[in-house]
Amino acid sequence: MNILRKKSEANLPFSETVIETFIRLCGISSIIFVFGIFFFVFREGAGFLFNGLDLKEFLTSVEWQPTSLNNKRYGAFALIVGTFSVTVLAMCIAVPFGLGAAIFVSEFCSPKLRETFKIVIELLAAIPSVVWGFIGLTLMNQLIIVVFNAPIGLTMLNGGIMLALMSVPIIVSIAEDALKAVPDSYREAAEALGATRWQVVYRVLLPAAKNGLLAAVLLGAARSIGETMAVLMATGHSVNIPSGPLSWIRTLTATIAAELGEVARGDEHYQVLFIIGILLFTITFVVNLIADLVIKGIRQE
Amino acid sequence: MQKNNRVASATISILLLLASSFLISGCSPKDSEGGASKEAPQVTIKNKGSDTMVNLAQAWAEQYVDVTSKASVEVSGGGSGTGVAALINGTVDIANCSRQIKPKELELAAQNTGKVPQEFIVGYDALAVYVHQDAPIDKITIPQLAEIYGQNGTITKWNHLNITHSDCPSDIIIRISRQSNSGTYFYFREALLGTNRDFRIGSLDLHGSKDVVEVIGRTPCAIGYSGMGYATSHVKMLEVAVDANSPYYPPTLDNVLAKTYPIARPLYMYSLGEPTGEIKVYLDWILSPEGQKIVEKLGFVPLENN
Repeated sequence: MNILRKKSEANLPFSETVIETFIRLCGISSIIFVFGIFFFVFREGAGFLFNGLDLKEFLTSVEWQPTSLNNKRYGAFALIVGTFSVTVLAMCIAVPFGLGAAIFVSEFCSPKLRETFKIVIELLAAIPSVVWGFIGLTLMNQLIIVVFNAPIGLTMLNGGIMLALMSVPIIVSIAEDALKAVPDSYREAAEALGATRWQVVYRVLLPAAKNGLLAAVLLGAARSIGETMAVLMATGHSVNIPSGPLSWIRTLTATIAAELGEVARGDEHYQVLFIIGILLFTITFVVNLIADLVIKGIRQE
Repeated sequence: MQKNNRVASATISILLLLASSFLISGCSPKDSEGGASKEAPQVTIKNKGSDTMVNLAQAWAEQYVDVTSKASVEVSGGGSGTGVAALINGTVDIANCSRQIKPKELELAAQNTGKVPQEFIVGYDALAVYVHQDAPIDKITIPQLAEIYGQNGTITKWNHLNITHSDCPSDIIIRISRQSNSGTYFYFREALLGTNRDFRIGSLDLHGSKDVVEVIGRTPCAIGYSGMGYATSHVKMLEVAVDANSPYYPPTLDNVLAKTYPIARPLYMYSLGEPTGEIKVYLDWILSPEGQKIVEKLGFVPLENN
């Protein structure tokens, strides 16, 4: 094996070089794209961000009146709260279900069932978000009205459930891979010591796979924060500080989606929407940074 | 392990593919739906704008296939603002608009394209005030609506209107509105509150005329506004009066034409400069009795002289 590899590295055929360059370009391109997008978003919003926008009002006021005729106000506080609350709610639902499903698929179910299971979960991931949004707008709306006696079903709960359903497939796939990556010798050793299956999972597998599991949860959360269409349709899209899961809310992403299409290019309102984009970028960056630090911390332990 | 990775990467690539295909289909204009005819038409008229008018514009375009083979019409929606923006950029021939074009937009269009947009009123739209079909209310006044929707408004519960709403245990009036830059939103705000007062925040701002009616049909506590052409059997249109001392009028064709129904507005089409050639023929056909018949068929109000 070793000899073979060395030989091929010594005199690389031309096709190998081409493929290698191509793969390298692919790797670099993603970095270029990220910076390019950040540059574009920043450029569109920068003018108003540094010259005109009352940043304190933007971050603390709930008055989002971008099309008022004589008193335009850009207070995004309710949108920020909306994004966070619906994401937290979605994770409260998705994490137990997602990790539970991952543990079941990887440790408890028969190989035949596992294949079916995985196909179904991947199908779930392939449903477009506008379909989830439509289910939220019609079916879930009525269901929540009937079950909770709520005035309307387009609520944080509705959006949270839709987001949970959308992030569960991601959590399951990645968490299952993480569990599978734990060497079988761990399981065998634990079972040899007389541990039950549940003890193996709880005491051995979960601690051993915690980096991967954390990554799964954070990717699921990132999916929730970034999701647009489903929350636009299911949460009620209402500038409102929520008082509970049955409050209607509005998220940052949905605001951009709903308003960017009809706003004049270069307008104050247009620039504010891009400033929301910058804010979203910052939030995702911070989340990823925290994730990195946490994972590093775990590694060092 | 390796197999799992392969499955995961396959999933991711499928997702990416799907995502990109949605992106592409989302961005490209719906060119295939304009109505293909057998002989290749010589001219394609591009028509874009108001969501309120998109069904109407689509119906005109489809009917127009039978009228002439010299031109075909491509219709897309996106909102009045989108249509005007496209007109300013010179990428469409006709913009549909459910509000009048703003002076600033006229100026921009003239600057950008060298042509001044020409206005055509192609029909009227009455904004109906919708409630759930079982809601125990039949009429409402403009000042009441202003207090429901306006900033610092005093009406937040059904009993403030002296209504006992048994299907709505919380008694809260759920205000359904539209996204803040739709032409419908602008018009309704102006009709209720004039130009000095804003809507109160906390309304549910839905995305599209149809969604408003859809949600109200499933929500007993809700009240909302949308074009009268969107009515379904699950909702009820309220009779509206200018104030408490005036007569109430339902949103009907006759009342809109007689200008007695208080929340009605013209629907506009804008061409770049004085229309010529096939664009002129198309606009003339829209204004003709034949074109106006389609206006009525879709629940809008045709022009008076027809």
